[in-house]
Amino acid sequence: MEPEDLNRRLEELKQRVNLIFKNIDCEAILNDVLRETPRTVLSKIIASGLSGRGGAGFPTGIKWQGAANADGKIKYVICNADEGEPGTFKDRQILDEEPDKVIAGMIICAHAIGAKEGYIYLRGEYAFLYRKLVSKCEEWNRFFLSNRNIDFTLFVRLGAGAYVCGEETALIESMEGKRGEPRNKPPLPVISGYKGCPTVINNVETLAYAVMIMSDGPEHFRSMGTKNSMGGKVFSISGDSPRKGVYELPLGMTLYEFVELLGDGDTKAVQVGGSSGTCVPRKKFADTIIGFEGVPTGGSMILFNSSRSMYHVLKNYLEFFQEESCGQCTPCRVGCQQLLKGIEAIRAGERPLSYLDRLRNLAVIMSVSSKCSLGQSLVNPFNSITGHFREEVCY
Amino acid sequence: MNKNISDAIDRYGNTRENLIPVMQYMVTQENWLSGEAMKEIADSFGISHAEVYGTASFYSFLNTEHCGKYVIRLCRTISCDMSEKAGILETLKNMLRISLGETTPDGLFTLLETNCLGWCHKGPAMLINDDVFTELTTEKTEDIIRGVVDNERKYCSI
Repeated sequence: MEPEDLNRRLEELKQRVNLIFKNIDCEAILNDVLRETPRTVLSKIIASGLSGRGGAGFPTGIKWQGAANADGKIKYVICNADEGEPGTFKDRQILDEEPDKVIAGMIICAHAIGAKEGYIYLRGEYAFLYRKLVSKCEEWNRFFLSNRNIDFTLFVRLGAGAYVCGEETALIESMEGKRGEPRNKPPLPVISGYKGCPTVINNVETLAYAVMIMSDGPEHFRSMGTKNSMGGKVFSISGDSPRKGVYELPLGMTLYEFVELLGDGDTKAVQVGGSSGTCVPRKKFADTIIGFEGVPTGGSMILFNSSRSMYHVLKNYLEFFQEESCGQCTPCRVGCQQLLKGIEAIRAGERPLSYLDRLRNLAVIMSVSSKCSLGQSLVNPFNSITGHFREEVCY
Repeated sequence: MNKNISDAIDRYGNTRENLIPVMQYMVTQENWLSGEAMKEIADSFGISHAEVYGTASFYSFLNTEHCGKYVIRLCRTISCDMSEKAGILETLKNMLRISLGETTPDGLFTLLETNCLGWCHKGPAMLINDDVFTELTTEKTEDIIRGVVDNERKYCSI
């Protein structure tokens, strides 16, 4: 396709979704929503098929329902703005450009579950957004919530540089003033979360979509995407692409279509879902669907062209995980180190090529024995890269 | 008691969920958390020194070692790495005449690498304290550092 055609096609796709960055009157929508019963709000969110946009894809309505049904006088809503997955920056843009929509999403959730307090947990790297978000929250507290006698107050908490705090139970530990070490589940946070109270933790994008679902109706949201991946998705595009940036596109595209639009014509692999996601090689582009029926993603898409060494890419990921593993459970703490040392040793000729199979097995063991998704998901990049690019990793 | 600690506790309170905000306040005031400061914080919160140190050392933005007034954190994650981050690191090392993890003798700069800053489409990126700088080139990096130094000189001569 010619560049003009590509731009036109990309624009078409963006227009087909156009929810997150659409100009809307959040206050008017909230006035309508707050007149509805919590039960109606829940049923609409469930009917929309909205699932968590942070990467894990848990059905949002079911999560809210869990917290709504849980016993407890005090309940919390937390907006997870600890966007730390390598290659992801869409939440930063949403928070920067659409903070009202995110806050409105928190108010809708609070109404649905009966929460008294809401927190935005903002990652330390985004401290430059802190003042802005604090004043936005104060505005909403003063001019909207207290004016209408709604017993819900918004706060902002700043993280301090720890990737693992994006995991919801680690985030709660961090908010409680402790080391950000994930908890055992169950109990799930919707039963026992922040300070032991029922807590809903949603990604920035998920909350913003909740507003659009209440505004346009669940059917409109369902009409986009595919049977298993409803709605739009905000993607962060980086790496070897002439069109790096943030795009809202429908789910369900094939990687082939995606790469044609956003690649540089020489894409050899795409890392879908950041460092903890899967690396898809060119030969699989045509039959890989971006969405829950294919490769699920929190939105991070890193493109690699043929000039990139996949050994270098994998080593960079492993250095990242080794540093960010919280160290609490042995499979993850030791596993991350051993995978990194292992590929270095093979590369240096200190270990035979067959050692790679033992490392791949170790990654599988980590996926079943680690406490949280950090150690569990390392198998995705490790085994996809070493599987598809074995020669590059070894020589 | 250290005035900054009592200010922080007045502002945030001394219940456990405010431990991180209090430590963050200290880092903005003093650039780092000294052993003394952590002990005083622990005593004010009524928790053990080890609890405070354990929490502080978990988070990469809560410096438990002496740091310069300006902490440079260059993103080392994959997208920035692919946009020639290595060259920017060399520029910074040469200009500041320090290695990674070190602080300049005048106590102005500390040079660190960090994980994804969330500016992957505009790499290489770095933070200087809370300020973000993106799409770095050698010239741009030199200008930024010179700008900080000049500003500092002006400030000191007043």
